[in-house]
Amino acid sequence: MSGNPGGDLIGALFQYHFMQNALEVGTLVALLAGAAGYFIVLRGQSFAAHMLSQVGFPGAAAGVLCHVSPVLGLVAFCVVAAVGITASGRRLEAGSRVESAAVGTILAFALALGLLFFRLYHGSVQSVYGFLFGTILGITDRDVTVTLVAAALALVALALIARPLIFASVDPDVAEARGVPVRAISMAFMLIVALSVAVTVQVIGTLLIFALLVAPGASAIQLTARPLLGLALTMVLALLFTWLGTAVAYFSGYPVGFFVTTLAFGCFGLLRVGRLAVGRLESA
Amino acid sequence: MPVSEALAFAGAGIRLGGQWIWRGVDVTVEVGEFVAVLGPNGAGKSTLLRAALGVLPLTEGVVRVFGRPVSRGNDAVGYLPQRRHFDPDLRIRATDLVRLGLDGASWGLPLPRWVPGAGARKKAERVDEVIDLVGAGAYARRPIGELSGGEQQRILIAQALVTGARMLVLDEPLESLDLNNQQAISALIQRICRQRDVTVLLVAHDVNPILSFLDRVIYVANGKVVEGRPNDVIRTDTLSQLYGTHVEVLKASDGRLVVVGQQEPVSYHPQPERH
Repeated sequence: MSGNPGGDLIGALFQYHFMQNALEVGTLVALLAGAAGYFIVLRGQSFAAHMLSQVGFPGAAAGVLCHVSPVLGLVAFCVVAAVGITASGRRLEAGSRVESAAVGTILAFALALGLLFFRLYHGSVQSVYGFLFGTILGITDRDVTVTLVAAALALVALALIARPLIFASVDPDVAEARGVPVRAISMAFMLIVALSVAVTVQVIGTLLIFALLVAPGASAIQLTARPLLGLALTMVLALLFTWLGTAVAYFSGYPVGFFVTTLAFGCFGLLRVGRLAVGRLESA
Repeated sequence: MPVSEALAFAGAGIRLGGQWIWRGVDVTVEVGEFVAVLGPNGAGKSTLLRAALGVLPLTEGVVRVFGRPVSRGNDAVGYLPQRRHFDPDLRIRATDLVRLGLDGASWGLPLPRWVPGAGARKKAERVDEVIDLVGAGAYARRPIGELSGGEQQRILIAQALVTGARMLVLDEPLESLDLNNQQAISALIQRICRQRDVTVLLVAHDVNPILSFLDRVIYVANGKVVEGRPNDVIRTDTLSQLYGTHVEVLKASDGRLVVVGQQEPVSYHPQPERH
C-alpha cells in the first residue's frame, strides 16, 4: 500500500484498535439503521421513531442507576415504548394527528425522566453528553459483539417480514383481507426499530439519531419508488455517511456526530432542491 | 347447493358493540352477476362486505364463498376497500402495489423479476397482464401517489384481480371520481364481469351510474337486508317496508332513480362510513 496516498490514509484510519471498533460498529449500525429507516420513512413513522430514541435517554440513565448496563436499560425502555405505541391501537398509527400529539407529550416526559435519573445518579456531564451525541470512538470489544448479534437478529427479522410489512404499510385494508397479520407485523416492526435505536445511539446519540435512522431513507425514497432498490440505496447511503463522517472526524478532530449528520443533511437537502427544480422545469 | 353460487349469506347477522348491524340476512349471488349493495350511511354496507371477505366474523349464521365457508386471504376473491386516495408522497410504484396483491402476504423480501427461481418472472408477467386488462400500462411504473383518482382506481382493480379472482368486492369504487371517470370505471368493471365471468359485488351510494349494468341489488337499511332485481327492489313499496316509514322512489325524465323521504338522499355522501 506504500506509495499510494489513498492507501496511506486508509491505513492510518485502521491504525488504532478503537478506530477498528468504531468502523466495525459503525458499519453494522449503518446497515441496520438504514434498513429500518427505509420502512420508517415509507410508513411515515419518523416521529414515532424519534420518540423511541428519546425514550432511550432515560432508559440508559435508569440502566446506570440500577447498576445494569446502560444499553440494557435503553433496550428495555425502547421495547416498552414500542409495545405501547402499537398497543394504543391501529388508529393511532402511521402519522395521524392524535399520534403526533401523544408522541410529543411522551417525548417531553421521557427527556424529563432522563434528566432526573442522571441527577439521582450524580452522573457526569460527560456521560450525558455521550448519550445525547454518541460515543463511537469509545467502543469496547464487548460492544462490538453485542452490536453484531443485535444487528444480525434485527436484519434477519426485517428481511423475513419485509414484503408483508411493505404491504401493510402502503395498503393496510387490502393486506388484512389478503391474510397479513397487520397488527402483529406493526408490533414486530416497532420492536425492530427499538433495537435499531438502541444500537444506533452508541454511534450518534439520541439527539442526532435521525441522521442515520431517517435521513438516508428520506433521501433514497426521493430517488426511487422501487421498494427493493430503495431499501438497498438507503443502506448504502447510511454506510457512506457513517464511513465518511467517521473518517473526516478522525482526521479533523471534530465530533463524529457532526460530520455524519452534516453529510446526511447535505445529501437530503441537495436531493430535495434538485427535485423541486426538476418539478419546476416540468411544470414550466 | 348449486354450482353457480358465488356468494351466499344464510341466517346471517352481525352484532358490534352490543348492537345488531343487521340480522336474518339470506342472500344468494350467482356466478357472473353484477350486484350493487345499496343503502344509507352507516346501514352496514361495508360490514356486509367485510363479512363476505371473512375479515369480520358473523355473530350468527353462515357465509359461503363459491360453495365453501368464507376464509380470509382467499385467492378467488379480490377486494378494493373504501378510501379516498393514496398520499401524494407515497413513493411506491403502481406496479409494485399490484404485485403486493399477488404475493404481499408471503414472507421474505420483494424480489425483482430478474432474480431466478421463485417464479418471479411468472408473477411479474401476471402483474403486467392485469395492468393491461384495466388499461393502466401507460402509468404503471409511476409512483401511485402521483396518479389521478381514476388512474389509481384502475390500478386497484388490477390489484384486486391479480390473484385470478373470480369475485370482485368493491367498496364505493366510484366515490370521489368525476362523472367521466365514474362512467369509464363502471364500464371497465362491467366488461371484466361479462367477459371473464367475474362476479361483482359493488357498494354504491348512487345507483344511477351503474343502474343499466345491474343484475341484482342488495339493499341494506334499518338492520335488515332485501335483495332482488333492481326494478323489484328500488320501488316505493319495497323500500317503504324496509325502512318502516314511507319513502318514495321517483324516476327522473332521464331514467335516473331518486329515493326521497329517508333521512338523507341516496346520492349524497358527506363522509366515509367506518365500522
